[in-house]
Amino acid sequence: MTTVSTPTMREAFVHTMVEAIEADERVALVLATISSSLFAAQHAAYPDRVINVGIREQAMIGVASGLALTGHRVVAHSYAPFLVERPYEQVKLDLGHQDVGAVLVSVGASHDDPRMGRTHQAPADVALFDTLPGWSVHVPGHPGEVGPLLRAALAGTGREYVRLTTRSNAAPMPVTAGFAPVRHGSLGVVVAVGPVLDAVLAATEGLDVTVLYAATVRPFDRVGLRAAVGSSAPSVVLVEPYLRGTSAGEVAETLVDVPHRQLSIGVRRDAEIRAYGSTAQHDEVHGLDAAGIGRAVRTFLLS
Amino acid sequence: MTDTAYADLAPLLRRMSGDEKHDWSALSTLDVLWVLYDRVLRVPPDRLDDPDRDRFLLSKGHGPMAFYAVLAAKGFLDPSTLDTWAEFGSPLGRHPDRVLVPGAEIGSGSLGHGLAIGVGQAFGVRSRGAGVVVLVGDGELDEGSNHEAIAVAGRFGLDNLTAVVVDNHNADHGWPGGIETRFTVENWASAVVPGRDHDALHAAFTSSHPGRPLVVVADIDAELEGDR
Repeated sequence: MTTVSTPTMREAFVHTMVEAIEADERVALVLATISSSLFAAQHAAYPDRVINVGIREQAMIGVASGLALTGHRVVAHSYAPFLVERPYEQVKLDLGHQDVGAVLVSVGASHDDPRMGRTHQAPADVALFDTLPGWSVHVPGHPGEVGPLLRAALAGTGREYVRLTTRSNAAPMPVTAGFAPVRHGSLGVVVAVGPVLDAVLAATEGLDVTVLYAATVRPFDRVGLRAAVGSSAPSVVLVEPYLRGTSAGEVAETLVDVPHRQLSIGVRRDAEIRAYGSTAQHDEVHGLDAAGIGRAVRTFLLS
Repeated sequence: MTDTAYADLAPLLRRMSGDEKHDWSALSTLDVLWVLYDRVLRVPPDRLDDPDRDRFLLSKGHGPMAFYAVLAAKGFLDPSTLDTWAEFGSPLGRHPDRVLVPGAEIGSGSLGHGLAIGVGQAFGVRSRGAGVVVLVGDGELDEGSNHEAIAVAGRFGLDNLTAVVVDNHNADHGWPGGIETRFTVENWASAVVPGRDHDALHAAFTSSHPGRPLVVVADIDAELEGDR
């Protein structure tokens, strides 16, 4: 028997970035201390395009904007709260308003490490990108999906958010632009975003439902959801590993001419969970564990 | 370069306001902008996408009339565009938008964004030998984001970056010890000059500062100030 060590999403990110930096002089990386030590060789070799600004996240996004304005394909990276929330106005103005593209790659998704507490949690990250035009949002569910998603993002010119997590499904899914059908059933459609897929599959085992997998959630695959609803039933369950109901408006817009019901499962909006402990404990609090998802889906579809 | 003179700016400014009496020379940024576009920046108006051009970033997006007038005087804007200023459909707003204004390198208005963008551009064009000049206001420096950018530029020794602080003495709580000290402590070279002295501004902008960014504090007499 051999031991296979599976890389984390963060390791997959570093590997893909190092390859891209060395292969393409347009590619630039701006860091604010976080993960900087993982790019020590690149800082030394490419000092004008692999830049650690220190613990200065506003400057990180501003510098990324300036590099983009001079023709670079720029990646900025930090913990989600410090990449998205702290420099939100820089994301809005220095990238969006300046009409430049960039790739923002976060670690520390939702309650990845609940021992760190609220300061290191940003379950609102995807919802915040919904307030800004032109952003694509990628939520890989396995480290094997990170390389293909990131390489595709780097090959483009747009504004892309890649949300890495320590959580993972058991196996990677093929990376596709739209939602991928995983199971087909007649009672309704469950959309599983990124790392919640395994929990959704366990929760709906033996239940006659369609399951769609989404590693890219913006743009929202309206065509794919409509097709799935058309061949199932107009009852939609969203299971998202960030703020509950973040994509509820997308579902409503998708089915604007179809009488439908929908249920949102995700990180609670109504309370700040002032507790440490484990991810499993927090999944349970938010109803994101297989048992919680199963109860909610059965109540919604069967009662 | 279009062959225009400083005196040509007044009628251009008048097109935006219709005001015949206002003393346009009181606009605090006018002289700095004129000296930069007339004597310092290598920015050909017919090659706005030249990757080797110098970049000028108006971080202090308030009161952009002087900026628009200089752009018109130097051939970036058709002077007739000035007549539409701030109207729906005009490229010229009360804060500039780089997507709409030929020659505007950034859109600005919210204070404290230009300097960090300029730092990124300075990294981006350093190997091309091009320079980046960012205009900020003394009140704008209140925004903490500037101080992140000042530190980064200094620590990385970005000698192709110039910050020009138009000092209207507008910051509510002032800058004890002088604005320039906020930069020099981070290893910037500095010059403090009268903000309407064209030769002094030119000398400061073209002074040598290898291995260090440069701050030019352009001091404006508050008594004459008309651009609050």
